[in-house]
Parts: sequence; C-alpha cells; structure tokens
Amino acid sequence: MVGASAAGLGTAEALRRKGYAGRLTVLGAEHRLPYDRPPLSKQVLSGAWEPERAGLRSRDALDALDAEFVLGDAAVSLDPEARAVRTAAGRTLRAEAVVLATGLRPRRLPGQDDVDGVHVLRTLDDAVALRGALERARRVVVVGNGVLGAEVAATAAASGARTSLVGLQPAPLSEQLGERVGGLVARLHARNGVRQYHGTGVEELVHEQARATGVRLPSGEVLPADVVVVAVGCTPATEWLATSGLRLDDGIVCDARCRAADGVYAVGDAARWYHEGLGAHVRLENRTNATTQAGAVAANLLGGDVAYAPVPYFWTDQFDVKIQVFGTPRPGAEVSFVEGDEEGGRFVAVYGGERTRAVYGGERTRAVHGGERPHAVLGWNMAKQARLHSRSLSTAGAAA
Amino acid sequence: MKLSVDEEKCCGAGQCVLIAPDVFDQREEDGIVVLLDADPPAELHEAVRESAEVCPAAAIRLGEDV
Ligand SMILES: Cc1cc2nc3c(=O)[nH]c(=O)nc-3n(C[C@H](O)[C@H](O)[C@H](O)COP(=O)(O)OP(=O)(O)OC[C@H]3O[C@@H](n4cnc5c(N)ncnc54)[C@H](O)[C@@H]3O)c2cc1C
Ligand code: SF4
Repeated sequence: MVGASAAGLGTAEALRRKGYAGRLTVLGAEHRLPYDRPPLSKQVLSGAWEPERAGLRSRDALDALDAEFVLGDAAVSLDPEARAVRTAAGRTLRAEAVVLATGLRPRRLPGQDDVDGVHVLRTLDDAVALRGALERARRVVVVGNGVLGAEVAATAAASGARTSLVGLQPAPLSEQLGERVGGLVARLHARNGVRQYHGTGVEELVHEQARATGVRLPSGEVLPADVVVVAVGCTPATEWLATSGLRLDDGIVCDARCRAADGVYAVGDAARWYHEGLGAHVRLENRTNATTQAGAVAANLLGGDVAYAPVPYFWTDQFDVKIQVFGTPRPGAEVSFVEGDEEGGRFVAVYGGERTRAVYGGERTRAVHGGERPHAVLGWNMAKQARLHSRSLSTAGAAA
Repeated sequence: MKLSVDEEKCCGAGQCVLIAPDVFDQREEDGIVVLLDADPPAELHEAVRESAEVCPAAAIRLGEDV
C-alpha cells in the first residue's frame, strides 16, 4: 500500500479480514500513524478535540493488523512490471501487488507560499496550524465555496472570527447540492454572520511585508483578513507516477476492478475507475468511498472479480446542520421535499424521479413514471430518514 | 463488553446499519448510532468487523474477542 491513510489502511484491514496472511507493507509520506481527515475541518479545527483524537485506530488495533508501517518516506517512482516502489529515502520495496492510495494535494493560489497567514487544509499539521491562527484571528477570509471552504467558514465563524466566504459557485455547495439547497446553505451561513461573496473568484492575495492582509476581488474590492484559507480544490497526488507508464488523467485510470495494471490497483481519492453502473470513469473525493473501494480492491487482490459500482455518499457539517448526500445531484434537477420542511430545519430532499415528473401530466408522465427513478437523496438534519429514502436509488441512476 | 461506539465521533452515515442491522441502528432524531447488541453472537462477528472498518468516522471499537 502506498499511502497510509483511509484508503491504504482500509485495504490492509480488508485483506486481513478476508483471510490474507502474507506480508503487508504500508508506506506513508507523513510521519504520523493513520488519522482521519473529516474531523480536521470540524472538531479539530474548532478545538473540541485534541489532534490525537483524529487517529483512525488504536495502537493495539494497528499491532493486531500485523503490517509493517514505513512512515515519513514518500514513494518517488513505481515500476509496474517489477511491482517495485522506490522511496525518497532510497528504499526499494517489492511486492506481488501494489495498491496506490496517495490521495490528493490542495491547489494553491499564485504566490501563496511566499506569504504568511495563508493556509490550506489537508493534513493534521495543516489543521493544527490553522487552529492556532484562528485563535488569534480577527478577520478570516475563506477562498473557495465548495464543501471544504464552507465547512471551514462555518467553524471559523462559530469560533468567533469575523468570517467571509468567497467563491465561484453561485451559492455555497451549489455544485454539489444544486441551487435550491445551496441557497439554504447560504441562508444558514448568513444567519450565523458569515459574509458571502458568491459567483466571484479572487484576483490576488494582498499582503504587506510578506504577511497576508486580505484578498482582492476582480471588482477591485479588498476583503481585509489576517488569516486567509485557500480551499479551491485539490489535484491527485500522482506526480510520482509520471514515469510509471500508468495512465494518469485527473487520477490513476483503472478498469472496473480498480486495476491500473497487472498487480497494480488504485483506491481512494486518487483513483479514477470505470463505474459500470454509471458507464463512465469516475473519481470520488469522499471518506466512505475510500474504505468501500478498499474492500473491493482487497477482494480482487485475493482472486475475486468485484466490479466496484457504489452509490456515492458524503456528509458535511455546517454549523448545527448535518447534511448527508446519497448519489450525485445533477445540475438543474427537480428537487422535492419528501419529509420535513425548510422551516422546521429538518428535511429529506429527493432529486429527480417520478415524484417530480408527475407534475407534467398527460401521457408523457406515464412513460416517465415507469422508468425514471430519483438519482440523489439529501438529508438535512435527517440522517436516518435520508438513508432509508436512499434505498430507492439505483446505482445506474446515481449518475456523476 | 465486546463492542462500543463513540457517539461523539459518529457522523450518522449508517454504514454500520446496512452491514449489521441486528447490531446497529440509528437514532430517529439525529442519525447517531445506537448499539443494539454489545455482545453479538459469533456468526455476526465478521459483519461487525466489517462495520468497524467501513465506519467513516472510526466510531466503532471492537473488544478483544470480536
Ligand atoms: C479537511 C477535510 C475534511 C473532510 N471532510 C469530509 C467529510 O465531511 N465527508 C466526507 O465524506 N469526506 C470528507 N473529506 C474527504 C476524505 O477525508 C477523503 O476522501 C479521504 O481522506 C480519502 O482517503 P485517501 O486515503 O484516498 O487519501 P488521503 O486521505 O489524502 O491519504 C493519502 C495519503 O497518502 C500519502 N501520500 C501522498 N503521496 C505519497 C507518496 N508519494 N508516497 C507515500 N505516501 C504518499 C499522503 O501523505 C496521505 O497521508 C475531508 C477531507 C479533508 C481534507
Ligand atoms: S457507520 Fe459509523 S458513523 Fe455511520 S452510523 Fe455507524 S457508527 Fe455512526
């Protein structure tokens, strides 16, 4: 396993659970034992948890796994035929099979590395650094209004900083949740004092003596800040595979069995595999995918023939709202509320499907009625109910 | 006790309920995990182990002999 996080550890665990008794080596660039990333923008960033609490497994559980963890050493190249991985420290690791689980690297703004007070959030060290900065911050600007940016803005605002959220999407998370629910997220942030600038990028970072003082919008307006958080998406951490001959195209391209080459598999945020239900190559950046895909890869490593075709799922916490999303909402899809309502602060929303198509009436409705199923289900403070409704989703309908 | 859950870590994903519905459920009001059986019979151990692995919040802890 190359990459010692959710996907790499998940593969090792699934292999053992399915009875593999041979040698396992887990190589990780970070010095830390595997930890979980979702709490980094939530409990760790808010200070509710000590950083250690984000650890994925206890020492005992890791010992019981009987895997060798080689940490603090990054893979620098792969020879797929020999299944040999070379590392920065000069090791060469050979195996019958290699699993690529190197995840993502955050994108940065031009010039950001030369300016103090500008943060990204991907690792536990990033979270600890940002947490420290937020404790002293008076004004925070978060650049990027996707899932991570909105979450960070919520956590920063809840911990008392004057917070602004800027991003290209017309409403926070609207690409992930559609415009209607995105609008509700905007209201939630507004109610909690977050200033919002949607539908706009950032022209440049503004700084004085290499310390961030704000960001300039294309309109010329400067949003002052002593802390700037850049959450403008990530790219797969696959530079080290450039000479491997593997196909790289926004991720490690794999077949339906998550196989990139003979004896070489990819799993987690870095893997782009062929999803048979959707009939397309997809790459998912979410936590459940890392472990469920790991299970499929482990089965295939042990001689199975598992085509991996899940219904995508993620959750996000925004202030006191927990949002759960099954499937992938399509742009412009009809949304109907099937339980609860906006006013009550709890609801289940269904995207697409016969319920909404029925309004068209007449013959056309019947035709659609028979075939069309909802393609996504969202829970807003209704986790269990959303999961129950998600059973109506077919994988084929959960289009990316 | 062989099995425990950390309600504070649980994010309400319900993966555990899908895999081992005899052992886990979710609260109606917030989706947080409810442990139905802290000492499940042997035939459920494989499913419980899988639940603990797949839980995206690392909220399920296994005791010694599960
Ligand atoms: C702050 C934050 C909050 C999140 N919140 C949510 C959420 O609420 N819900 C949700 O569903 N998902 C969430 N996610 C996404 C989720 O954490 C990821 O989908 C998951 O971590 C993917 O796991 P992975 O193992 O594929 O990749 P990663 O977790 O990125 O792990 C990859 C590992 O590989 C290592 N590595 C990289 N290059 C090399 C190399 N050359 N050699 C060796 N090791 C290398 C890295 O150091 C890293 O440890 C969040 C992510 C972040 C960052
Ligand atoms: S799988 Fe984990 S996070 Fe999801 S409901 Fe069960 S315990 Fe909670």
